[in-house]
Amino acid sequence: MGGTPSRNFERAASGKIVVRGNAAIGESPPVRRLLIAAAIAFLGLLLFMPLALVFRYAFGEGLGAYLAAINEPDARAAIRLTLVAAVIAVPLNTVFGVAASWAITRFNFRGKNVLITLIDLPFAISPVIAGMIFVLLFGARGWLGPWLQEHDLRIIFAAPGIVLATMFVTFPFVARELIPLMQAQGSEEELSALTLGAGGWQIFWRVTLPNIKWGLIYGVILCNARAMGEFGAVSVVSGHIRGHTNTMPLHVEVLYNDYQFTAAFAVASLLAFVAVLTLVVKAAVERRVGSQDP
Amino acid sequence: MALALKRPGVLPGFGLSMGLTLLYMAFLVLIPLGGLVLFTGARMTLAQLWQTAVVDPRVVAAYRVSFGASLLAASLNAIGGLLVAWVLVRYDFPGKRVIDASVDLPFALPTAVSGIALTTLYAHTGWIGRWLEPLGIQVAYAWPGIVIALTLIGLPFVVRTVQPALASLDQEIEEAAASLGATRWQTFRQVILPAVLPSLLTGFAMAFARALGEFGSIYFIAGNMPYKTEIAPLLILIRLEQFDYVGATGIGVVMLVAAFVLLLLINLLQAWSRRYQD
Repeated sequence: MGGTPSRNFERAASGKIVVRGNAAIGESPPVRRLLIAAAIAFLGLLLFMPLALVFRYAFGEGLGAYLAAINEPDARAAIRLTLVAAVIAVPLNTVFGVAASWAITRFNFRGKNVLITLIDLPFAISPVIAGMIFVLLFGARGWLGPWLQEHDLRIIFAAPGIVLATMFVTFPFVARELIPLMQAQGSEEELSALTLGAGGWQIFWRVTLPNIKWGLIYGVILCNARAMGEFGAVSVVSGHIRGHTNTMPLHVEVLYNDYQFTAAFAVASLLAFVAVLTLVVKAAVERRVGSQDP
Repeated sequence: MALALKRPGVLPGFGLSMGLTLLYMAFLVLIPLGGLVLFTGARMTLAQLWQTAVVDPRVVAAYRVSFGASLLAASLNAIGGLLVAWVLVRYDFPGKRVIDASVDLPFALPTAVSGIALTTLYAHTGWIGRWLEPLGIQVAYAWPGIVIALTLIGLPFVVRTVQPALASLDQEIEEAAASLGATRWQTFRQVILPAVLPSLLTGFAMAFARALGEFGSIYFIAGNMPYKTEIAPLLILIRLEQFDYVGATGIGVVMLVAAFVLLLLINLLQAWSRRYQD
């Protein structure tokens, strides 16, 4: 979707105003307290209670049961596959994100808006449709299905399909984080470096990268959280073969449908932990960026 | 020839970065998407598309659930999101930073995790569900559950689009309204709300679009009863599992068209709200 909320939020961070002590345009203290309470209740019902529940149920039968659930062979296989998918998808999407941002923010060319829209595509389409696209292409009755079968290659219902679906769903995240940042920074510093005789890679490593470091870190972390947690697209291409093509979210599903709630929430808590960590990194990055240029 | 050789800028690396970008996009997006278009074009007639994606009663029921619940969830997000954005921009209170940071949780939290958590929370034995059951309100495995899960998924959009609009609002206008005798509520309705409306609608449309495509959390909480609580993305998955590629593609094409229309609408809304903010 055009403009992720995180991009808009940068503007909020720079121009934030907090109205205090102006009776004419403020609300009375009771109204204030009521609104704050209502907002917290809204977030509490939707965010905090589900998050608390994940950890409460995960440790509901003690640490022993928790560790057993994570250590179980199918769970370990799922964790391994999730890590493999993330280790392939995140670096590739990072390189792509940096390259795309460099091309889009440092040069003028025709079709730039089309390119930006295409990068936004995975935001706009359902993850199930993303998975479907790969099934139509590589599935048993898809375009390349017969050819793949002849050569004994499996993509759908196998790890390559999962990696592909993960890459597709998460490829905008780094680019979307960097494009507004690099647009705001402009290319003056790079141009100065150029006039001082720096080469392309020198400019990138010594000027650009230090400037975009924090945005890049957040983009990579968010991309990683989404890669590990992707459910819809991976669900379509996986085939749910326990111990083979189950990622962590799919393993959570299998356990949950088996009424193994403690185990399901134990594996889910690992993913929830990654999510919380992502938000902590984001908050730290924003504070850093905020203190750099007030 | 001169045009082709004209460099798009003085910095180096255009060829490399552009080449890499296009290569990656081609492999990951253009070829698969082209495959979808070819598949639809080559293996489906218009009559088939009509039959599988427009008139099939189960599919129509799924659209109704998907669009209805998404619309309701986006509306809840518009109200709740405006409230949260207002409180975060205007007031100071303990724990504000944590609240602000947590708004992004739905971006980072896997939908399967929020799905099982919400289902457990609102099931009739759950922390919240047990209080609703005596009142005869069923949330999990029913329609309201879908709406709650979709509201969670779309939560960041309205908050993060309205926040900057509220922050950039000129306070003098509010002071002027107050000095002209407007009550606080009048000022809010007639001065503040119109000014943040473009951003609010942008966030609403984003939340709606995101809700339409959502699958993970709904899968757990909906109960997935055909004609009642079955959403369109789930029906695509069911068709694929039956190897009914034609049926799946039909629904997929309709949902894709809806997504693109929304994307267009969001871009227009963003252009409108930018005009307001500058």
